[in-house]
Amino acid sequence: MERKILYKVDALYRDDFRVTGFQFGQGEKSICIIGSMRGNEYQQIYACSQLVRKLKVLEEKGRITKGKSILVIPCANPYSVNTKKRFWTIDNTDINRMFPGYDLGETTQRIAGGIFEQIKDYRFGVQFASFYMPGNFVPQVRMMKTGLENVELARQFGLPYVVLHHPRPFDTTTLNYNWQIWETDAFSIYTTSTGEIERGSAAQAVDAVLHFLSKQEIIRYRGHEGYQSRVVETRDFVNIRTERAGFFESRVKAGERVLAGTVLAAVTDPYTGEIRQIITAPIDGTVAFVHNETLAYQNTAVFKLIAEEDVL
Amino acid sequence: MIDEIIEVAGAELPVDERLVIRKRRLASERAGAGAKRICVVTGIHGDELEGQYVCHEVARRIRENPSALKGIVDIYPAMNPIGIDSITRGIPAFDLDMNRIFPGNREGDMNEYMASEIIRDCKGAELCVDIHASNIFLTEVPQIRINQLHQDVLVPYARRANVDFIWVHGSSTVLESTFAYSLNDIGVKTLVVEMGVGMRVTREYGEQLTDGIFSLMKAAGIWSGSVPEVREPVISYDQRGEDVHYLNAPVSGIYVKEKAHGSLVREGDYIGSILDPLRGKDAVKITAPADGWLFTTREYPVVDAGSLMGRILKQEVYDRCKENGENGTENTI
Repeated sequence: MERKILYKVDALYRDDFRVTGFQFGQGEKSICIIGSMRGNEYQQIYACSQLVRKLKVLEEKGRITKGKSILVIPCANPYSVNTKKRFWTIDNTDINRMFPGYDLGETTQRIAGGIFEQIKDYRFGVQFASFYMPGNFVPQVRMMKTGLENVELARQFGLPYVVLHHPRPFDTTTLNYNWQIWETDAFSIYTTSTGEIERGSAAQAVDAVLHFLSKQEIIRYRGHEGYQSRVVETRDFVNIRTERAGFFESRVKAGERVLAGTVLAAVTDPYTGEIRQIITAPIDGTVAFVHNETLAYQNTAVFKLIAEEDVL
Repeated sequence: MIDEIIEVAGAELPVDERLVIRKRRLASERAGAGAKRICVVTGIHGDELEGQYVCHEVARRIRENPSALKGIVDIYPAMNPIGIDSITRGIPAFDLDMNRIFPGNREGDMNEYMASEIIRDCKGAELCVDIHASNIFLTEVPQIRINQLHQDVLVPYARRANVDFIWVHGSSTVLESTFAYSLNDIGVKTLVVEMGVGMRVTREYGEQLTDGIFSLMKAAGIWSGSVPEVREPVISYDQRGEDVHYLNAPVSGIYVKEKAHGSLVREGDYIGSILDPLRGKDAVKITAPADGWLFTTREYPVVDAGSLMGRILKQEVYDRCKENGENGTENTI
């Protein structure tokens, strides 16, 4: 394992800003895995840390294929993590809206550019990603439908779902999109959480990456075979929204299978405790996403369901 | 004259409060169904306050001479009211840039719903002026920015708006989610004004733009009163991004500006310096990379390596406009 600084900004008063990577093996740039780009993505850093730990052992055992190299970047934005800010500390810009970056541009453009320069030539790219809405996910691999996506490869992670999503205008400046444009097969892996560590789903994500590495003969490793992934498109998700604002109390977790009519949550009046809305499942399906904050605003998509047959 | 406050969009907040976007409508009593309408919009970014004075001043001048009003003036001073109240650029609690969610979605979340209601409300207007104030970091000379896709329609209007500068820039996919793009896309001619600096009100700029808005209203047949002569703007058709030099900080530090925005500078002129008060190293002097017009300067002193400290319009572009007094477009609407 080689720990190296991939990008650095000299600071005025803080310690210097550093993006640190961990390289395993030598040779062809096989796969890059990146964790947090935002300051609240603790789970994504944690998942990378567990990957670093396991790859170190695999490397010591000589299980990394000769001529292949793996790069893990647990965090592209330690400044924001350390200040508990989601975006860049001074100007609140989002590094994951700055790709492919620009070395003569503004600070976060330079950071994005500096990172991208280091990782754009990898054959595979994996980002442990988080969603812009606060909530918990069923573990999934996401890909943007740029026309360059490779669904069969995504299945090799063995996660329950492969989710395809049509890029929106702002997606064109994300790492995942630009990786694909630069001919890296790019995947985003969503674990259950963002701002809190969930060991189980982090372990599942790490296993998924190791499984993929094994299928691609980048490492020799025998984990469990994982799921036969089901491929769905985000537009097939059934969004369930709050009709009223208030306190939100969920009765189900991400990944649960529910029958139509199952009570999913209640929205209550914060002053009187009276129920403002009982939210029920409109279809038989799997809970793909659950809002996880106490406050719910009006019209918020608090659940996303994937329609399923044979829910018992 | 009709003068009323109207709720444009509203939503319930969790605890004993409603989120409400309101507008003030000033209309001629005789303005019928076909009356022309202008929307004066500001406060999409909660930390940009320059438009507040303009909203006040437009209404004040109309009330001073109500008989000159021939159409409808809708004033939206606070598109992001909670952002303004909490000194937050984006939408508080969502950490979301409101100017990246248009045209919104009536079936979407609260913010998308509000955005769609705003677009619905502005739809059908003859003109819209969307007033921004850069951000808390940069000061701008009063200017209008136009996406190249809309330049043929918008430049003749922008020339009436009494700004110092019109910057026609290349199209970008990201900008398709802005308020102005969405309105222009449905045929509401929308001008994006950037002027001054965040968190401040520059009265002089407010007066200047208000003059421009009355000039636009007159040209559109919404106002029949007298209007001051408007200034001839410098126009940059910069679709390829070659007209402007960007001054990005080479190091982190404390930026102290030397030249004010609006200065004409020569190559090598001292623009400002970056200090390191801890280490006491020699200040890093920032000089002009070429002759030109410094139309943006940094206001907020703390810079990271890469932070923007200024923009200089190339001298030849500036001269072309000034010498000819002609900017390559017909000055007719």
